[in-house]
Amino acid sequence: MSERTKYGLLIDYEYCTGCFTCQIACAQEYRRPKEIVGIHVIEMVQILPNGKPYLSFIPFPTENCSLCPSRTRKGLEPACVKHCMAKCIKHGPIEDLAKEMTKKARLALWAPR
Amino acid sequence: MSRKNVEIFRTTTWSAGPGCHGGCGVLAYVEDGRLVKIEGDPEHPWNQGRLCSRALAITQYVYHPNRLTHPLKRVGGRGEGKWEEISWDEAFNLIEIRMKKIRQDHGPESFIFAMGTGRDIGPWICMLAYAYGSPNVMFSLSGIACYSPRISAVDTVQGDYCVIDAGQWLADRYESPKYKTPECIVVWGYNIPASCPDNIFGHWIIDLMKRGAKIIAIDPRLSWFASRATKWLRLRPGTDGALAMGFLNVIINEGLCDEGFVEKWTNAHHLIRSDTGKLLRQNDLVDGGSQSNFVVWDTENEKPAIWDSDEVAYKSPNVKPALKGNFEVDLKDGTRAQARTVWDLFCEEVNKYPLGRVAEITLVPEKDIRDAAILYAKGKPASIHWGVPIDMTPAVTPTAQAIACLWCLTGNLDVPGGNVISRYAFDAVAYALPGTKGVIKLKSKEVDKKRIGADRYGPLNKFIWRAQTDLVLEQIFSGDPYPIKGMWIQACNPIGGIGMDPKRWVEAIKKLEFVVAVDLFHTPTTQLADIVLPAATFLEKDGVRSWWVPLQTINKLITVGECKPDVEINFELAKRFDPDFKWETIHDLFDAILKPSGMTFRQLQEKGGWAMPTEGHPSTPYHRFERGLLRKDGKPGFQTLSGKIELYSSLREEWGLEPLPHYEEPPFTPISQPELAKEYPLILSTGRRSPVYFHSEHRNIPWLRQIHPHPLIEIHPKTARSSGITNGEWVWVENWLGRCRFKAKVTPLVPEWMVMVEHGWWFPESEGAEPTLFDVWKSNVNQLIPMGHQGKDGLGAPIKHMLCKVYKVSAEGCQS
Repeated sequence: MSERTKYGLLIDYEYCTGCFTCQIACAQEYRRPKEIVGIHVIEMVQILPNGKPYLSFIPFPTENCSLCPSRTRKGLEPACVKHCMAKCIKHGPIEDLAKEMTKKARLALWAPR
Repeated sequence: MSRKNVEIFRTTTWSAGPGCHGGCGVLAYVEDGRLVKIEGDPEHPWNQGRLCSRALAITQYVYHPNRLTHPLKRVGGRGEGKWEEISWDEAFNLIEIRMKKIRQDHGPESFIFAMGTGRDIGPWICMLAYAYGSPNVMFSLSGIACYSPRISAVDTVQGDYCVIDAGQWLADRYESPKYKTPECIVVWGYNIPASCPDNIFGHWIIDLMKRGAKIIAIDPRLSWFASRATKWLRLRPGTDGALAMGFLNVIINEGLCDEGFVEKWTNAHHLIRSDTGKLLRQNDLVDGGSQSNFVVWDTENEKPAIWDSDEVAYKSPNVKPALKGNFEVDLKDGTRAQARTVWDLFCEEVNKYPLGRVAEITLVPEKDIRDAAILYAKGKPASIHWGVPIDMTPAVTPTAQAIACLWCLTGNLDVPGGNVISRYAFDAVAYALPGTKGVIKLKSKEVDKKRIGADRYGPLNKFIWRAQTDLVLEQIFSGDPYPIKGMWIQACNPIGGIGMDPKRWVEAIKKLEFVVAVDLFHTPTTQLADIVLPAATFLEKDGVRSWWVPLQTINKLITVGECKPDVEINFELAKRFDPDFKWETIHDLFDAILKPSGMTFRQLQEKGGWAMPTEGHPSTPYHRFERGLLRKDGKPGFQTLSGKIELYSSLREEWGLEPLPHYEEPPFTPISQPELAKEYPLILSTGRRSPVYFHSEHRNIPWLRQIHPHPLIEIHPKTARSSGITNGEWVWVENWLGRCRFKAKVTPLVPEWMVMVEHGWWFPESEGAEPTLFDVWKSNVNQLIPMGHQGKDGLGAPIKHMLCKVYKVSAEGCQS
């Protein structure tokens, strides 16, 4: 159980294109019924001070996300990380991921349940 | 997943399944003959381990309870939805008898072979049509308006097609020392990450952005790219041609041309007669001169000199051709004619597009056009990648010519990180594709003379080997010049997807004597067939793929019910129709296609299923026009008539069409139809992709439908407010052709003057039989788009820029 608290997902939402790969990779991995989602992609349209709209997506790891222990135990990436088309999700020890956040903007660090 | 009997196999995605143009390497997990999971193959250079949502949902597709798993014979009236399961033997026998009878009574050309977008159907439907003896293979979109028109236009200019260079010809991709990341990428009318169209993996562009490429996004919608672009040009749909001319204007007038390239590789120096307005040719000057040789003014000797197109050289030594000027030449009949250079005429045309005028046409501010043109022209290298909006306008060819001139004049053609000439891997070509021909051929040119539209449209005799779709529809009703009696419809859904004016297609299909549909699920279109055959997904078939690289095999791993791969269905019937059919097995056929690679199907499979052509092969970049790798004679230059980049097209001149790039206002816009626009004030654009659907497919896949449950119209908050429309409510979209319903997504992603309406919607959960046809009339936006407005060369159609009005659905329409 302690392992779970140490690991997380670093999401580079500058590059998330909203392709929903993570969501379906997760559904396939766990053969989820359609209502149960492990990671959920959210679309946001912001209006910037210059009046220009700005489109972003961010994958939200839900209460169902367990960071794929059966995969990571084997040295594999979590299903969403493996398939992400924009390669914008990274899995690793939270402390390491936090350090990466000092080097680039538009990142979100998730520590799922 | 820890299971004991799971075996992992490699294969390639192409078509049925994810539905797209494919090419991804995958690892399929198979347990006791059943697919349990799919993953991206990390060792495959195309997708490098990644995979899209549609491919990852494949288990729900392959084992969907509604999949067609047996051949079906219609037992009620057409459209009544009454079917009887029959055996393959019975199906093949029945089809053979009915189709042979039609061939005997009306000729083979009276049978149309209809396909959808370019997938792993094209070669096999051509094989079947040609074995039957019909030249009428039809890509079922009005104006053939997807990809082939762009290819044809670019071939007109430069003799070969080209695409963005994302290092896809190099096994180590971006890491290869031969590769250069583009400094600037123009994403022109394209939301690539959502669709992977045209044989490009959309996220390559994101890879390149991370490596520093700046983006210019040209899109009326705020796409993801537009949000992250250095320059976003929000143009009015259909005005791409004017914008490209504006770019050319900046590049030429601000000294941003690659002059060395213009001097050496284009036909800029060739002379145009002022009296006829046509290219001056050697046979204008001397008796017995060649019609395909051109004339320049030699400034060294102050007289004309002949450009020998076959030799790709001047007939005399040390010619110094004039780039600009007006010259007087002696003709063979003793008269004299004035002549000007192509460059002067080209610049004169470009100068008709000062930025003020371009801004007025496109609605893009002058400064933004100029800044973007400079950013592109100064990027070394820079590349342009464009989408289907270029095809989906009747003036596709002059628009695409203008854009092709951009990469040529900036020296970005076939350079690392530029627009790289795209040949099929190892030159292994299966069938007649735009600009090329493969091993699957019609038996004679004589048969091809009956191809519908071939007598009318130049490009259909030079580059595109299909029947012209709008004319086919017309001919089904007119029977002129010959009757149409049957249709073979394969992986194609004209009623629910690709057909414009789809009610007219229903009428047309019902007029036919015999209709076969081949598909994986019932669709609105299969309802109108006499026989429906169950096809296979990519996991259930062997196949080959050479579009563009790598050369790949598709490997049969599982079977489902009695489903058969398209290639096997068509192969069996082709053998029955053609006593001289060349091949014994499908593997013989694959071997014939793969022959230029020196490998057989089995050998390529054993190599791991893919191979890249090696350096020095004509299908491998770069700088091939300099190295003599493009032309059959091995001379430097291009495969055009003159051997040069034709800024002024000799082919278009031959076809009686404007040879220079230019802009034409589309037929249904507020500018061209001010009266209609009073009643229908909004620009109706369609075709925006959803990443979880491929055109009209996948609405029946639970994981995917959950993400995108309803057909959407995107409408700007101000426009919505003025009509009292709130987010999430059903609205009518209407014009003079019809109306249908969509759920409002109120969003500033679209401009106030345009709505974006999704295409391809029908409801597999509804009743299939008529009149509902899976509720296809509820939200099929193609009802608001006409047939018969193809461009002057038979290509392009007004699909991205119609007119409409939008209003709330009254109480009676709110049920769904």
